[in-house]
Amino acid sequence: MSEIKKIKNLKEFSTSADRFEGANLLCPGCAHSIIVREVLNATNDDLVIGASTGCLEVCTAVYPYTSWDASWIHIGFENGSTAVAGAEAMYKALKSKGRLPQPDRTPKFVTFAGDGATYDIGFQWISGCFERGHDMMYVCLDNEVYANTGGQRSSSTPVGSSTTTAPAGRVSYGEKKEKKDMIAIMAAHGSPYVAQVAPNKWKDMVKKIQHGFQVEGPVFINAISPCTTEWKFAPEDTMMITDLSTDSLVFPLYEIIDGHELNITYRPKNVIPVVDYLGAQGRFKHLFKPENKHILDGWQTRVDRNWELLQRREEARV
Amino acid sequence: MAEKIDLLETEVWDGNMAASQAMRQAQIDVVAAYPITPSTPVVENYGNFLANGYIDGEFVMVESEHAAMSGCIGASAAGGRVATATSSQGFALMVETLYQASGMRLPIVLNVVNRALAAPLNVNGDHSDMYLGRDSGWIQLNAYNAQDAYDLNLIAFKVAENHKVRLPVMIHQDGFMTSHTAEGVKTLQDEEAYAFVGDFKPMNAMLDFEKPATYGVQTEEDWHFEHKARQHNDLMTKVYPVMEEVFAEFEKKTGRKFDLVTNHRLDDAEVAIVAMGTTVDTAMMVADQLREKGIKAGVMGMRVIRPFPFAKIAEVLSNVKAVCCMDRSSPGGAPGMLYNEISGALYNSAKRPVVTGYVYGLGGRDMTVEYLKGIFADGLENAKAGKPTTPLQQFIGVRGPKLNFL
Repeated sequence: MSEIKKIKNLKEFSTSADRFEGANLLCPGCAHSIIVREVLNATNDDLVIGASTGCLEVCTAVYPYTSWDASWIHIGFENGSTAVAGAEAMYKALKSKGRLPQPDRTPKFVTFAGDGATYDIGFQWISGCFERGHDMMYVCLDNEVYANTGGQRSSSTPVGSSTTTAPAGRVSYGEKKEKKDMIAIMAAHGSPYVAQVAPNKWKDMVKKIQHGFQVEGPVFINAISPCTTEWKFAPEDTMMITDLSTDSLVFPLYEIIDGHELNITYRPKNVIPVVDYLGAQGRFKHLFKPENKHILDGWQTRVDRNWELLQRREEARV
Repeated sequence: MAEKIDLLETEVWDGNMAASQAMRQAQIDVVAAYPITPSTPVVENYGNFLANGYIDGEFVMVESEHAAMSGCIGASAAGGRVATATSSQGFALMVETLYQASGMRLPIVLNVVNRALAAPLNVNGDHSDMYLGRDSGWIQLNAYNAQDAYDLNLIAFKVAENHKVRLPVMIHQDGFMTSHTAEGVKTLQDEEAYAFVGDFKPMNAMLDFEKPATYGVQTEEDWHFEHKARQHNDLMTKVYPVMEEVFAEFEKKTGRKFDLVTNHRLDDAEVAIVAMGTTVDTAMMVADQLREKGIKAGVMGMRVIRPFPFAKIAEVLSNVKAVCCMDRSSPGGAPGMLYNEISGALYNSAKRPVVTGYVYGLGGRDMTVEYLKGIFADGLENAKAGKPTTPLQQFIGVRGPKLNFL
């Protein structure tokens, strides 16, 4: 078992050994790089990192450069999970055969992928990896849209969001379908640890990532990743938007242990109305027209209902 | 430590068992696989070896063929010996990742038990899946029988993993005709077979944390062409020397000789059939029968499909007057692949033989001795006339009126 890295404060955390360089092509204000740094900085162990095709992948490994000071693989859009699972299988094989280059190391196997690669096209591969129980962590950088290709809807896109394939128009308020509950689905796989994290709550994030690294088996982390480009807010407002998302409970922070033990890990002191979160982003601008009031109302109802459900599940301990 | 299996000098194996036994002997580190007819027994046999303690490595039963090759890519990039098997629709599902495996220069060995592609759905052997992979940047070796399937598996690891090559290899065998037909297969004992294949020597392993490696980067118009060109260059120039070395070493060890193309009585032949898979063995038998009647017939078997042995083909067919190319895949609105590629290899030759094409055996339809005799007879007419006397593309063995094109 590897040692848990001690992290005293944000300054130390944000300046500890970087295995993900600031030299990358991500948009200014993109939350992806913040989340990735928070994940990687949570451990001192060696890493094998997989990336599915998406913003993070195309912005961080453009030949002949790389932003990663760690072993890294990208195959395709759908199979970042299985790429890492394959590497993990090889680690096990070489370990049992005594052929690891550095047998005393305790590497961690991590996949980063967007919501398109996770909720949609890579869904089957992830399910396979989790059913087989590979010792790996899957981190979904959830920006609720195919951002890399210019803002098309995914099954993570929330109701009312305007995307390029489900735009708001004269007769449409944008996305009609509710966001897929990927966390519940992954917990249902019997994963030892599933959690939702947000980059603004870094202590909560580190705790969850470290927990994920300590358990054996496939761990699913859903990280809210506000997208300045597609959510349409100013690049300097990323953390403000993230705060609104967690404090409005649109993105509640919680964990599910062994598929059943649910713990809410952040309870905002002052819960803010959902409209404050929606109103701060251009993708929901049209919802504030009078004819779309029912969509706004529906949003608040849904968030309240979900929060109630999470609390009841936490109490039930089943 | 895995138990050894004492093999008889000659075992009665079908092609699938021959391939699985060679895989077992190669001491593969990771097999990620998904079952599909007719290659399923390769995966089952391997699982059986594992269950009985004859294998040490990891065996990952994934949820699709796409995931099988994805897992193989991750495992191979991590730094160890990797192989799998598939057929037909599974192969088609894998295609995206085939290009990624070869583009990342990963020495994965893939047994492709050839089967038709739907629609209509068909589980029997033809070469449609094999043809689908021919631009994927893999080395493609062709087995004519179970013995070849065994031998070529051992050879494949040694070629793929050679640091001058570093390219994945497919071994093709005909679905059912080879994969499910029990034959006598001459074996190597486990130690001998492993000694021939040799230890895996990692290169740019992701699990070497002192020297982290990056796989699968983005390259746009600035570098993509150079990467593809280098891969093609290595396929064209680096593979043959290594392969010929490995063939020679294998012959020394077993007495069984492999060449880039199989030259059966071509040196003084007037008419030749060019074929792949089980048809090669049948055509050789027919050529021998015709020779007894004084007909100068020969056969060229495509042992190596990719890299396409262009110069070698021109050389062995240089004195032949008529060449009949046998494509076991529906060409989908074009001449057959073999017709086109053999013609290309012969177009600039001094004697430029007459080349005709035949499409046959789709969905497992038999290629009989009688059909082959008829094709040789066509070739003889062409040789005498010095020009085609038949249409350039004939469908052989299909129901209804004779189907000819071109």
